[in-house]
Amino acid sequence: MSVDTASMTQVFARPRSLTGARSTYCPGCHHGILTRIIGQTIDELGIAERTIGIAPVGCSVFAYLWYRCDALQVAHGRASAVATGVKRARPDSIVFSYQGDGDFASIGTAESIHAANRGESITVIFVNNQIYGMTGGEMAPTTLVHQLTTTSPLGRDPRSTGYPIRFSEIIAQLEAPVYVTRQALYDTRRILDCTKAIKKAFQNQVEGKGYSLVEVLSTCPTNWHMSPLQSNEHVANTVTKVFPLGDLVNKGA
Amino acid sequence: MAERLLLRGNEVIAESAIRAGCQCYFAYPITPQGELVEYMARHMPRIGRTFVQAESEVAAINMVYGAAAAGVRTMTSSSSPGISLKQEGISYLAGSNLPAVIVNVVRGGPGLGNIAPAQCDYFQAVKGGGHGDYHMIVLGPSTVPEAGELTMLAFDLADRYRTPVMILADGLLGQMMEPVTLPDPIDPATLPPKSWAATGAKGRNPNIILSFDLSPENLKQMNLALQARYDEIRAHEIRYEETETADADILLVAYGSTARIAKTTVNMARAEGIRLGLFRPITLWPYPYDALRAAAERVHTVLTVEMSAGQMWEDVRLAVAERAKTPFYGELGGVVPTPKGILSEVKKHVR
Repeated sequence: MSVDTASMTQVFARPRSLTGARSTYCPGCHHGILTRIIGQTIDELGIAERTIGIAPVGCSVFAYLWYRCDALQVAHGRASAVATGVKRARPDSIVFSYQGDGDFASIGTAESIHAANRGESITVIFVNNQIYGMTGGEMAPTTLVHQLTTTSPLGRDPRSTGYPIRFSEIIAQLEAPVYVTRQALYDTRRILDCTKAIKKAFQNQVEGKGYSLVEVLSTCPTNWHMSPLQSNEHVANTVTKVFPLGDLVNKGA
Repeated sequence: MAERLLLRGNEVIAESAIRAGCQCYFAYPITPQGELVEYMARHMPRIGRTFVQAESEVAAINMVYGAAAAGVRTMTSSSSPGISLKQEGISYLAGSNLPAVIVNVVRGGPGLGNIAPAQCDYFQAVKGGGHGDYHMIVLGPSTVPEAGELTMLAFDLADRYRTPVMILADGLLGQMMEPVTLPDPIDPATLPPKSWAATGAKGRNPNIILSFDLSPENLKQMNLALQARYDEIRAHEIRYEETETADADILLVAYGSTARIAKTTVNMARAEGIRLGLFRPITLWPYPYDALRAAAERVHTVLTVEMSAGQMWEDVRLAVAERAKTPFYGELGGVVPTPKGILSEVKKHVR
């Protein structure tokens, strides 16, 4: 059967700000959805020609491949410090860092907190999947109590490893940040909410308002040993109990 | 108009960086280079440039990475323990072909050591203190005016070769005051554009700054390109100074503050009829092996003097090999050798 595409109306397309390079993410993981949301946001705000992305170390180490904008790949945990350097050198640019929970909330703790505390005019996307995906499913600072990982094979024991760190709540204690929010992507409604949050976080920077952080609860079907569907349900029913969704700081809302 | 001022080494390095067009400076306070940070805090914002007191040395060097990637002249400074923390970032700068200037006002070590002058970070500076097969250009000023000149040069070399450049000073040089004539400032707007930098992909394909490639064959090519650049630097940028070497029987080899002290020893020795010369490497990487080898052909003894347990001594022995005796005299822990002390070492080798 032949299809007459000429008479069809295009209702959906890849954002112009995404390159279409083949994804390195596992099936069912939310990084892909989030990447698309960011690409779409860059399109909608018309900022592709002045956006500079910061790719971390972790599953999203290849983030510089997905976006049609200038980008840096940087040392593990240092993305917020590097973003500071870029933004200070080029105040007219739109700088965003894309960081996992190991990067942002463990090895980069100092850089993450102090960039926020200085109120750097940057947008930080913090992807929290409660595990170290790329290195093989080790424990993250955000790993849930009793969660099995390759370095907590009997489950995370809070007596020796503490509790999942609510890093966005720590950032929210600071004076400078203008927007701190926690979002998820496990169903259509959350995806739409998250899209709005990401747009706001970029819009704040376009308007020179200051530091914005969007934490996004993501899945890791591969290392959680769950199907993508089970993973979504796990986020909805369990993860959000530990990491509640919603705005923590929203100045000038 | 060139200005003549009385300034401390740390301040001369800071002022020279400003005059070289350094637009972003990031650092964490540490002695004995506190005046450098404070000078930048006073002067950079006044002329519309960036000063950030970073939360750590690690953060500072990564801010440098960001600013360098964004195409501006940028610098950080610290002293030994802080420079150890910067090694990860220096490796990334080298791997990502980013120009930046790093100042190490060396103090006594290891560990917390003390805040007195030392040269115990030579290995770390010239052999690659971080991970991976890289070098950076290392400049060893011997006087306060030279610290200024080499700072200006450091920014040019960093840009020309897209490499980190280190000023390897010491606590003595940082704290000492001398009259200096400062050159006219460079307007950053007049510097050659950096077409590779991350400035926003307007009317061009995106620029990607990275030190990463999972393919061994590709990473090998990235490494070979680095090595080719190092060969180019070795061919064009070796700098050294010879004092009274033409008729010398004994040669001192020293750099930085120690070289300056050794120069006095040369004069004292000459007054006593001892034919002593001084070979002073200015670039510590690339090291002036060939020039030192040639100088060693004419003497019977090459005495290395350092404020370390014999770090540069290894490079001296590589250069001189069996051409002459290669004894060593070092002071440790922040103790500074005296001209007299060096002379009595020299006298042990007079034939």
